[in-house]
Amino acid sequence: MITATSMTFIIALYIFMLAAFTGYVVISRVPSILHTPLMSGSNFIHGIVVVGALDALFNATSISGQIIGFIGVFLGAGNVMGGYVVTDRMLAMFRPSQKPVPAKKEQQ
Amino acid sequence: MFIEYIVGLSGLIAAGLFIYGLKAMSSPVTAVSGIVTAGYGMIFVITATFLNLFNVTEAAKPHLLVNLVLAVLALVLGCAWAGWRGRTVQMTAMPQMVAIFNGMGGGSAACLAAVELLSDDPTSPLHLTITVLGALIGCISLTGSIIAWAKLDGRMKKPVRFGGQRIFNAGVFLIALVLGALTVMQYATPMGELPRDLFFLAALLFGVCMTLPIGGADMPVVISLYNAFTGLAVGLEGYVMNNPALMIAGMVVGSAGTLLTVLMAKAMNRSLTNVLFSNFGDSTSSAKGPQGEMHSVDPADAATTMRYASSVIIIPGYGLAVAQAQQKLYEFVKILVADGVDVKFAIHPVAGRMPGHMNVLLAEAGVPYDMIYDMDDINDSFATTDVALVIGANDVVNPEALTDKSSPIYGMPILNAYKAHQVFVIKRGTGVGYSGVQNPLFFQKNCTMVFGDAQAVLSKMVEAVKSLGGS
Repeated sequence: MITATSMTFIIALYIFMLAAFTGYVVISRVPSILHTPLMSGSNFIHGIVVVGALDALFNATSISGQIIGFIGVFLGAGNVMGGYVVTDRMLAMFRPSQKPVPAKKEQQ
Repeated sequence: MFIEYIVGLSGLIAAGLFIYGLKAMSSPVTAVSGIVTAGYGMIFVITATFLNLFNVTEAAKPHLLVNLVLAVLALVLGCAWAGWRGRTVQMTAMPQMVAIFNGMGGGSAACLAAVELLSDDPTSPLHLTITVLGALIGCISLTGSIIAWAKLDGRMKKPVRFGGQRIFNAGVFLIALVLGALTVMQYATPMGELPRDLFFLAALLFGVCMTLPIGGADMPVVISLYNAFTGLAVGLEGYVMNNPALMIAGMVVGSAGTLLTVLMAKAMNRSLTNVLFSNFGDSTSSAKGPQGEMHSVDPADAATTMRYASSVIIIPGYGLAVAQAQQKLYEFVKILVADGVDVKFAIHPVAGRMPGHMNVLLAEAGVPYDMIYDMDDINDSFATTDVALVIGANDVVNPEALTDKSSPIYGMPILNAYKAHQVFVIKRGTGVGYSGVQNPLFFQKNCTMVFGDAQAVLSKMVEAVKSLGGS
């Protein structure tokens, strides 16, 4: 189905390197106050694995393949939905204090 | 060809939106719109994936209808279950919920690898090796997260340890690696099925073995580590599926999770090897510890002192969350603030059960985030503060960590509450904290204990300051 030549492997390594660096840079600026939502948010993002699981299930040819694929999609969908709902719930609770905010604006 | 382009582009757009979404999480102001943006990316790429139905292999075509029905059913069931759990879970139970969702991602990556290994398509050894590697990491993340969930949820009280455990675990890991290698070598031969199935069993077993001996106090680091593992597994399987979106999203999370894990371990003054291979957090050592007399005071008197102080710093610990007293605490704080007291919250990086968990718990009670300070930003202020109020936190204010080299918590950064002019500690009894170490702060002259359940004590405090009248 997929023929992995040495060149596509090198390209994959490029992608991995750049993505790893991106993750490092993006996360290192997040204040520790947001670390829990961040963890569940990144949890949500690796839920994209459901896309791969869907593809695997679409191409399944045996009963065992279909069963494992079904479990894979179920777990991946749970990862996506759960990660999203939980992150959204937590972030919605963070709010600044009402009074000081307009005061700051006046000073500026 | 056309479909491939559309699906490929959808992945590219989604990956871009994901990175934008994570970037927006660097501030509480933009974070909500960030996660929503990432959500659109996810809906988009999942929808586009269904176009791949027109692109399946010849062998899969007769099964197409069944596969489609199964896929939709699994998606709906997964989303419905997780959405319901995610919406109803208590904020104090959030760490174990995150662990479960994370384990599901690892399991999904492992399943995806398993389906690939079940098919007999010709493929290269490199490709197979990466499939197996992703499966290994995904399996560890799945069962490891389940054990982490059981521990955090209180279903598994004590770390399971036995003699020679490290050697046993190393043995299981080695067996998994050998079986993995055999799986690659024997692929698509009838000989290959047994090592493949055993490989998955060994990998799943290793996840359990690896997590069993880890103490409860180290769980936050472990969840974060498994988060990174799942990311890595997803990235590797992305290569297997020839899907750059999976590679990028997985790897971004993999490196972000690794960074978070290291930060978290650092905040506890524990190296990652220590967390994974040493025993901590359950030491029942009845250490000699500091002795002396603790002074205690009535909640009403402590509250009155704070009402007439000019500055108060509050140090919330997990004891506060267990007593579900955050609401009461904020009610008390609002009265103090209305009367002109300068109140701040100081959060130790390991307060709560995962990094930033205490911030979430305070946010749930409505405490605005600009009242909340990180350890490094507030530690210098204690010396000039009238009152430090410690609620259900023990180890994170233990000055022994700074002074006593023989202490198990020596070197852990702490909140310098002992420097405040007056320290009040709300605590249920004279017992020791998570680390099993007695806290010399409690015997200091400027420290006064307020014994009782946080909820009850704070209720009395609220009543006391209310009866004083106010501005």
